[in-house]
Amino acid sequence: MQQISLLLTSLPDGILLGFVYGVAAMGLTLIWGVMDVINLSHGPIIALGMFGTFFLFIRSGINPYLGLIPIAIVGLLLGVVIYFVAVHRVINAPHLSSLLATFSVNMIIIGIGTAVVTTSPYNVDFNMGSFQLGSTTVLGTRLIAALIAILVTGGLYLFLFRTRPGKYIRAVTNNRSAAELMGIPSTRILALSFGLGTMLAAVSGALISTFFPFSILAGGSYELKSFVIGVLGGLGNPIGALFGGLILGVLEGAIPAFLETSWVPVIEFGLFVVILLVRPNGLFGAKQ
Amino acid sequence: MKRSFAVLFSLIFVLTLILSACQPAPAEAPAEEPAVEEVMEEEAVAEEPAEEMAEEVTLVIGFTSSITGKQEVSSKRQVNGLTLWMDQVNEAGGFTLSDGTVVKFAAQTYDDESNTERVQELYTRLIAEDNADFLISPYSSGLTSAASIVAEQNGKIMITTGAADDDAYKTGNTSLFQLYTPGSLYMSSTVDMLKELDPDAKVAIVYEAVKFATGVAQGIVPYLEANGFEVVLEEGYDTDTADFGPIVNKIAGSGATVLLGGGHYPDGTALARALYERNIGLKFAYLLVAPADTKFPELGDAALGIAVSSQWELAATHTEAEAGNMGVEWFGPTGEEFASAYEAAYGDPPTYHVAGGYTAGLVLQKAIMDADSVDTDAVKAALNAMNLMTFFGGTQFDSSEEAHGLQTAHKMVVAQWQLNADGELERVIVAPADVATADPLYPIPTR
Amino acid sequence: MKNWRNHLGLLLPMLVVIGFSLWPVITGNISTRESAFTILKAIALASSLNILLGYTGYVSFGHIVFYGFGGYIGLYFVNQQDWSIWAGMLVGGISAGILAFLLGKAILRLRGAYFALATIGINEAMKALFNNLDLFGGPIGMVLNFSVYKAYGGAAKALGMAFYIMAGLTIIALIISHLVRTSKFGLGLLAIREDEDAAEVMGVVAPDTKTWAYVLSAIIPGMVGVLFFFKNGNVEPHVAFPLHSSIELLVMVMLGGQGTVLGPILGAFAYQGMRGYFVTSEFFKDIQLSVSGVLLLLIVLFIPAGAVGWLRQKFPTLRRVLQ
Repeated sequence: MQQISLLLTSLPDGILLGFVYGVAAMGLTLIWGVMDVINLSHGPIIALGMFGTFFLFIRSGINPYLGLIPIAIVGLLLGVVIYFVAVHRVINAPHLSSLLATFSVNMIIIGIGTAVVTTSPYNVDFNMGSFQLGSTTVLGTRLIAALIAILVTGGLYLFLFRTRPGKYIRAVTNNRSAAELMGIPSTRILALSFGLGTMLAAVSGALISTFFPFSILAGGSYELKSFVIGVLGGLGNPIGALFGGLILGVLEGAIPAFLETSWVPVIEFGLFVVILLVRPNGLFGAKQ
Repeated sequence: MKRSFAVLFSLIFVLTLILSACQPAPAEAPAEEPAVEEVMEEEAVAEEPAEEMAEEVTLVIGFTSSITGKQEVSSKRQVNGLTLWMDQVNEAGGFTLSDGTVVKFAAQTYDDESNTERVQELYTRLIAEDNADFLISPYSSGLTSAASIVAEQNGKIMITTGAADDDAYKTGNTSLFQLYTPGSLYMSSTVDMLKELDPDAKVAIVYEAVKFATGVAQGIVPYLEANGFEVVLEEGYDTDTADFGPIVNKIAGSGATVLLGGGHYPDGTALARALYERNIGLKFAYLLVAPADTKFPELGDAALGIAVSSQWELAATHTEAEAGNMGVEWFGPTGEEFASAYEAAYGDPPTYHVAGGYTAGLVLQKAIMDADSVDTDAVKAALNAMNLMTFFGGTQFDSSEEAHGLQTAHKMVVAQWQLNADGELERVIVAPADVATADPLYPIPTR
Repeated sequence: MKNWRNHLGLLLPMLVVIGFSLWPVITGNISTRESAFTILKAIALASSLNILLGYTGYVSFGHIVFYGFGGYIGLYFVNQQDWSIWAGMLVGGISAGILAFLLGKAILRLRGAYFALATIGINEAMKALFNNLDLFGGPIGMVLNFSVYKAYGGAAKALGMAFYIMAGLTIIALIISHLVRTSKFGLGLLAIREDEDAAEVMGVVAPDTKTWAYVLSAIIPGMVGVLFFFKNGNVEPHVAFPLHSSIELLVMVMLGGQGTVLGPILGAFAYQGMRGYFVTSEFFKDIQLSVSGVLLLLIVLFIPAGAVGWLRQKFPTLRRVLQ
């Protein structure tokens, strides 16, 4: 009985957090879907988003939610730059090449980040209050972050399904050579998709930084979570990632009610492997 | 175009190969090196006949530090402390042994990246190539236990600081000497304080599932139970835990009134923040390590009331008078002298990690003076016989075979973040009573 | 021995590794020995990974799981059950092999990036699992008692011995790698790498072949793990299963040239030497990670076949020697 009440207390939190995790994973899975590249520089970019908020808010006093706009723009541009520098040449090479190319971007970002901000933890002391909902405390920062995450997902959906570049992206996702034959400028679309993916990562980092302390290395664990979410929601299915994020958030909230907290990663990653084996297209289907 | 690129980068690749091949080259004639150095030193002496006849030796102190990685904050402070001690000794012109030898020190250090992968290689390098005479441990128990094997293997003395875990000293070593209070006794002064304040407290123990914190947390349970406390929750969390919400809810659900736990800096700050945001009405919260850092008040209101046990606090620094009362020898500067010298050099007040680094040097210096020799065996004997009080506290090492080098004299204090008269966060000493500068904030005020 | 020409490819790798093993013996310098140990360990692990990655094309991002798993099991018997290091290594290698067999049956069905992701998941799940197993000390891990070394003549002798065992393991890894490459079994693997479906049509029983390659590539890392933790004197979960090291191994294989016997040796040497140099150099130590990243990126982009692959392309006459 106590476990049930504990579960009910922790669930709302997990759900809210799940939306934000979902945005992070969306970036990863979008890039995977469009160009079959697992972006190993995903984690450091999440961390850069966190530091973006830190510098905009703590140093310049800009509201963290307003700061999302410059962070998103910089994230988009950064992604396009990374695409042309590191990814474009290996886009048709075996997986190992693109994995290592993005991993080297990871090393470069972490190396420069370490030299500039050190690996010390930072904290954005920002509070939006909280309110009681039954037995649980709902934090303002998480509620707003979750709402923004839903908005971002909605925006991405509209972009992919209602605009011309979005339709191009989906066409390239489905079949790149066919899309090229139809006159779609595939290089530009690939660069745009990579930019969108890093933009989503940076935005999710910026949102996370409003409620958790972080360091330049913090992105690593969110990157791993993004893998899990991506697989749960179906790799290459950005909208599915939101639901994958929800599942992960719920798991993180629910498992501690029944087991020691240190078992959470065992179950998370165990489930991840099982889903890969049983339903490699995710719980909600993905591109073939 | 493509072709020239390939040639260019293969050149780079070959260069890298050559570069790396050249890297260990200076080590090729190591056996001769000390001899050469001595000759050079003698020459230097001969060239300066104006100097006294005294021979000057510069002892190399070797250690690795975590310039990067998750131990970086505390490790850097530890190194700063050690560096301050070394600068002070050297600026004073070293110290003189009875045979007229003037002893000075030089540091040799590498980045261990908070990672045990290379620690042994780096310590071996310190010993064999840099000819380190004495070693200081890296920061953290995990790194230290890997490094200690190399020290033991080469018969080098290693003063360990920032490594509280007990296990490393129970492996039959002869060369380790621990400055910190061992992990299993880490929380005992806090438990003593709680017994005074609230013997009916229900305790939750929630700790980072890594070597150090697990050792401390599991070590305190018998002591808690012996003192009649009920432990209502005992649980580890993963190092990478981002969301402490569910854990805090679990603490609330267990009916605990007191939290003992934490781990290192990053998770400690996250846990403190989650505790504050959820406001679950704990009467007292104690975390390891994180609240002892000067950066902790960056958390703002979330820092209020969080307690930590500390190896050393300026406000409760140990004094010569205390040494006199206990009949123990006193050595080194006063805590105030140390603190002002540190602030002058580094611009922020010293934490216990700084003090630990400084004292590591100080204790080594004292042992060399006691031994009146720079010979390792003589210094080892002096350390084994040492019973000393410095501003850092008592220093005496277990000389038994089962737990050689374990610290037996050092005591910890309990510090807590409270608001001062100006409404600013300030860390005050709340226990033990004889050194306390303020009453414990108990229970922590709720919003 | 009339087919000695077939084994010419083993000559150069052997010479390099034996040279490495003798280098500290000749100089008598223990610091050199430690550096050589790190490099030999990297060669042994990278060569093992190459059996899977280079010959079958399956990208394992979590190969270090065998090192951690085997190491944990082996050290448990050495430390808790007073077994000798030899028995411990044997157990470590066998348990890593069994794990690979079971895993292989399940996850080798996945292809490309799905397989890579699964290996990451397995490594992380295993790390978290060991963190929760009290039998192996949970988060505290296991600390080796110094008395264990006494059986080998003290810590100094034991660490010296560990170096020679490491050299031996590296040579075994090379021989396995070479034998696989030159055997019919190896041909089957290469066929799978080029086109798995076509290979099946041609009569290669792909699932079995892949599984055995996976097992072969896991045994040496398991033994290396036992040896390394024995030498290090302790083991903790996050030290045993460092995801980062898995990726470093991939980098090494890539640098030197995947699918060759010599490649992983050159790659391991270049990478470890480079990292060792940057970490200890005054000039680079603050920015060393970025410098390594830039170098890696340039190599991935412009010489994707790695050093050996590139040399083979440029100098076809050397192909018999450079394998």
